[in-house]
Amino acid sequence: MSNGTSQDPPKGAGGTWRPMIARMLAGLRPASARPGGHGSGLLRIFRKRKTFPHGIYPVEHKEWTADKPIRRLPFAPVLVLPLAQHRGAPSQPLVQVGQEVVRGEPIARAAGFVSVPMHAPATGVIQAIDLAPTPEGPKTMAIFLKVYQADPQQVLFDTGHDIDSMTNEEVVAAVQEAGLVGLGGAAFPSHVKLMPPKDAVIDTVIVNGCECEPYLTCDHRVMLEQTDALVRGIRLIMRVTGAKRAIIGVEDNKLNAVDQIRAKLPANLPITAEAVESKYPQGAEKMLIKSLLGKEVPVGGLPAHVGVAVFNVGTLAQIGDLLPKGRGLIERVVTVSGPAVTNPGNFMVPIGTPVRFLLNHVGTKPTLGQVILGGAMMGMSVSSIDVPVTKGVSGIVALERDEDDPARRQVYPCIKCGECLKACPINLNPSMLGELAQAREYGLMAQGYNLDQCFECGSCAYVCPSNIPLTQYFRIAKSINRERKN
Amino acid sequence: MVKGIEIRTSPHLKRALNVQQIMRSVVYAMLPICAFAIWQFGLSAALLLATTTGAAVATEAWFSRLRGAGNTVADWSAVITGILLGLTLPPGFPLWMAAVAAFVGIGLGKALFGGLGYNVMNPALIGRAFVQAAFPVAITTWTPAFAPSRFVELIPTTLTAPFMRPESVTDWIAGLGVDSWTGATPLAMQKFQHVETPAWDTFAGLVSGSAGETSALLILVCGLWLAWRGCLDWRIPASVLAGAALTALPFWLVDPGLYPSPWFVLSSGGLMLAAWFMASDMVASPVTPWGAIIYGVFIGALTVIIRLFGGLVEGVMYAILLGNAAGPLISAWTQPRVYGAVKKARAKS
Repeated sequence: MSNGTSQDPPKGAGGTWRPMIARMLAGLRPASARPGGHGSGLLRIFRKRKTFPHGIYPVEHKEWTADKPIRRLPFAPVLVLPLAQHRGAPSQPLVQVGQEVVRGEPIARAAGFVSVPMHAPATGVIQAIDLAPTPEGPKTMAIFLKVYQADPQQVLFDTGHDIDSMTNEEVVAAVQEAGLVGLGGAAFPSHVKLMPPKDAVIDTVIVNGCECEPYLTCDHRVMLEQTDALVRGIRLIMRVTGAKRAIIGVEDNKLNAVDQIRAKLPANLPITAEAVESKYPQGAEKMLIKSLLGKEVPVGGLPAHVGVAVFNVGTLAQIGDLLPKGRGLIERVVTVSGPAVTNPGNFMVPIGTPVRFLLNHVGTKPTLGQVILGGAMMGMSVSSIDVPVTKGVSGIVALERDEDDPARRQVYPCIKCGECLKACPINLNPSMLGELAQAREYGLMAQGYNLDQCFECGSCAYVCPSNIPLTQYFRIAKSINRERKN
Repeated sequence: MVKGIEIRTSPHLKRALNVQQIMRSVVYAMLPICAFAIWQFGLSAALLLATTTGAAVATEAWFSRLRGAGNTVADWSAVITGILLGLTLPPGFPLWMAAVAAFVGIGLGKALFGGLGYNVMNPALIGRAFVQAAFPVAITTWTPAFAPSRFVELIPTTLTAPFMRPESVTDWIAGLGVDSWTGATPLAMQKFQHVETPAWDTFAGLVSGSAGETSALLILVCGLWLAWRGCLDWRIPASVLAGAALTALPFWLVDPGLYPSPWFVLSSGGLMLAAWFMASDMVASPVTPWGAIIYGVFIGALTVIIRLFGGLVEGVMYAILLGNAAGPLISAWTQPRVYGAVKKARAKS
């Protein structure tokens, strides 16, 4: 329904007086009616959706890609596969330079329990095992795979599992073998989550279909297009964790996904799909648990300590798809969108595809100023678009330059408006934390004001009218505290 | 095709509401009140507002030049202080004294603390408290509202020469031909003669008083607009007004002849203006949601206590200044409970 280009407000059209009048009129409307604003929230009392306190309502522009089916693109000439694209120990290469590999063949093995193997996303030849740029900054080791473009690219490595007869231990091993990690962005090895701590009993599996990050619609499309695999994955995970029920939490901006899932749910199983309020960061594990169950994960604890395991819909859909076939994770759904993208869309992208290749396919506008891996709220800005899509990358968001808008950059002193306190989903006092950070009282921030609970969702910095980079302050404070501890 | 991309830290999105826009909204919200003040008190009120605003902006500009950290006039906060100060002064207040008040408010109340964001108390009220102490007669010299000649002549005290004592306005008022002028505001009438002005007159603003405090109705409308815009924490005015009404209620129930009704308390004097535009000053009020409520109730209750039992007719100014002083303490008491906090840890703090 949208092509992305017609959505942007025309800038500076019609001389100087017309935008001026428009700005003046815009100034009279409430904060909630303006882009990216949210008011006092008085009207939201009447809405009945389950939700958590606080949070923010950024403009999402999901309509740019929500109706676009997942498409495949040609293979990039060379795929770059970092050995450390998940949390935990980097994988160890199983291949040598010059070796030919078949699509789906294991090319690296897990280095320990908190680690996963890697599979060749395409048939081709190993060109190099060398340093490659990463979004984080320092270069890390990666396998460079030159794709045979003429190859039919069939996956020839499927051992096939009868998942119904597998023991729980076998399923956990198979999940690790498939190289599965959290596809919502955390990239934490999934099989580790299937082995909760000894002192915890899982009674509820929460399936995270919130996708609260603006612009991203990949989970939305997965729920619509891979519903059967998703349900299969949920049933398998419930069996392994021993959970008595599963709840699929979906933001109410994706009600068609809720309907679709409900239609496919087996009637005899305690699996439900529930709509929750569309509010950022609804998709944060702690927030979704609060919204759906009213429980809070204790400080320093895991979701397992309140009997919950949370999995992203994309991860479960992959488990439901890959495990019966005995295949490894070689591709994922990625939303490529943002104001600087000409033809945004959802794509099935082989792991290792360079961002440059994807941006070339969707087209970018000359105003392109920033490329983000992940979402616009928590994702990482890259300095080079030669970095590859890894297992944890759910989206590529291209933003426009905003250098012409100094009002967005100027930092004022904190005016104690309290907006950040009302935005912080875990109820910190970012205003106070920000002042302490400026005074370099990093220790006090952690001891007196719960700095370590901050998960850097960015809500405080988003609302701050003084443009104080609060989230960045907190990141710095945490890393300095970590260094001091060592 | 791609060059010159930037690296930024997340979050990469930003709400389109900055300090300047908030401050400007507060100014917009005060403009109708200014217009009403000018309509009610004429040229003198216009000159008074222009003087306080001009002096506040000039002081801000001077201090920001001394500090050498860019011109901070552009954040509009000095304009707010100037207008607010003008609204709280008697319409015939000598202009040179008004300029002194603005200078002290911005200089002593704000710039010395480090400028916007660092002031402990509301700068406009610091300025007013200073002139209240320095010029006790001038600040309690009231003139009638809706004087017939208000658009053609100034109140005689307005143009008092600097460092000179303002002349008496008694003869001038007598010459105006205003009926039943007692020289007292509704608050003073109530306090000393126990005569309560009809509620509609005080609520609509058809009475005498400081330039911009008379129409509770208009202030309410402007304040609500500001709250709806998200530029004002509704908790503060709501709790100030609730605190004042609830404190006044038992006294009125005991002796309605001696004590004012809660309705009169809310609609008279500077309480409404103070609740919406002064107590709600973001910088000087507690930052936590519960802190804002405690702070508001404290100010409301204290205002009534000063009005009923203090020597002053109006107590809202000192109530807010005391509330501002207590603000950091209230903030410290009401730190939010973090998600997932274990109960034991909370009981200790």
